[in-house]
Amino acid sequence: MNRKALHWILGAGTPVLLLALWWIASEQSTSAFFPPLRVILERFQALWLFEHFQSDVLLSLRNLLLGYGVASVAGIALGFVIALVPVARQILEPLIHFLRGIPPVALVPIFISLIGFGIEMRVASIALASLFPTMIATVDGIRSVDPGLKDVARVYRFTTTEKTFRVYLPAAGPQIFSGLQVGLQVAFIVMIASEMLGSSQGIGAMTILAQQSFMTADMWAGILLLGVIGFAANLIFDLIRRRVLAWYIGSRKLARAA
Amino acid sequence: MKTSLPPTRSNSAAPAAPSRKNAMTEEQTPAPAVVAGTAPARLDVSHLAKSYGTGDKAKTIIEDLTFTVAVGEVVCIVGPSGVGKTTLLKCLAGLHPATSGRASIDGRVINGPPPEMALVFQDYNRSLMPWLTVRKNLVLPLRHLHLSAQELKERCDSALAAVGLEHAESQYPWQLSGGMQQRVAIARALAYRPEILIMDEPFASVDAQTRFDLEDLCLKIRRDFNMTILVVTHDIDEAVYLADRVVVLGSKPARVLRIVDIELPTVRDQISTRALPEFARQRTEVLSLIKRPA
Repeated sequence: MNRKALHWILGAGTPVLLLALWWIASEQSTSAFFPPLRVILERFQALWLFEHFQSDVLLSLRNLLLGYGVASVAGIALGFVIALVPVARQILEPLIHFLRGIPPVALVPIFISLIGFGIEMRVASIALASLFPTMIATVDGIRSVDPGLKDVARVYRFTTTEKTFRVYLPAAGPQIFSGLQVGLQVAFIVMIASEMLGSSQGIGAMTILAQQSFMTADMWAGILLLGVIGFAANLIFDLIRRRVLAWYIGSRKLARAA
Repeated sequence: MKTSLPPTRSNSAAPAAPSRKNAMTEEQTPAPAVVAGTAPARLDVSHLAKSYGTGDKAKTIIEDLTFTVAVGEVVCIVGPSGVGKTTLLKCLAGLHPATSGRASIDGRVINGPPPEMALVFQDYNRSLMPWLTVRKNLVLPLRHLHLSAQELKERCDSALAAVGLEHAESQYPWQLSGGMQQRVAIARALAYRPEILIMDEPFASVDAQTRFDLEDLCLKIRRDFNMTILVVTHDIDEAVYLADRVVVLGSKPARVLRIVDIELPTVRDQISTRALPEFARQRTEVLSLIKRPA
């Protein structure tokens, strides 16, 4: 058996094994807090796959994508400006370092009081919270672009657009992607938190509602769904990253092998 | 600071001594170079000086450089390492402004990267875009020239053929050896079709065999494209082998010790040219200039 196959089997087999253990161990459970996995999965199916799929699951995902999308574009754009315009850097940098110190979830109450409990509040919270990791990583990435590449761009008289999109952006790509990855995790956390704190709709709201009305199986079903979504989101992100940064991953691999 | 070396037969320009600043114009020192003496000066460097910082902290890198490069000529600049050769090239390429004096192309003062110039950098692994394939690296500087697809392809094909890398066009730079990467950097400059090609220690970090090949490639480019080429190197043999004229720099700060005309046949060969007594004599001439305390 080769190594790669072994990795796959371990990677896929371990979660399956744990689920099986959970199933067996919880089957006879009468605890109000740890219902049998069988019951949780029944509730999972009943709750998420049909009844609330459109009204809650899709809603949450839409908020996540919208907020994260806005944050990613704005974070990269602001990162460029801060890295390349000295005045912008001097004005904004202290503010950024203050704001990034506040835990993202702590921003949600401000947004509730500012914009209310609507969808706008949730999208705005997600966007603002996941803006910082992307923006800060972009600033670092742009600042560490190799001076050699900048000289090339100048000698060959690249236009500003070419410098921006064909030199700086790809050169900072690896760092921007690490920022985007952190931003995605933050967006996910804030999505759930914003729903738990100030909403009657969405996966987070459903989960906290179940907890508050002692429907433990429903609560577990909600947590399980969040886990699945988080896992899937990271998987998709990684696929995109591998595609966009194929050159970087390849060159690093080669450098390590040498 | 002042060079005490007497002008020799092979001098085509007087040494740059501050006391003779005003006598250093092209018209007053028309001593022709052997190979390209009748051609007009393409690149004219006149009393160029460069220092960083101001006041007491000012550090002078280049004292007072004056030399010219004629159309179709290969000029090598040699000097001890750390003498400020790269700073000089950056001034010529319009990347750094000169502190005083000037460099000009066809009489136009260089104050930004000139359109007719291409530069091959010393660090090939920091001058190619690692996210682009070889061909796309060649295409990138040509984008804003708005060439037809046909011409774009033709330029890249011929540049890749000139450096013998047709087979590697869809590979990434980091998949290639150092010598091949430097050839890609040269191909990129060729595809740009510059009239003046400047190279900064282009063959410093490649193995000896590749180095010979790249030197011959440089001479072939001059022949085929009638390009004006300026090469900075610390290798005296290389300078003598490549050049029509060698500008010998002294340190520190950098100044011209002497400009030596190389009297070797135009068509050169790694084995037979380097075996010529004239080659040995001229490399000794250059070497003794560098070794001798100024």
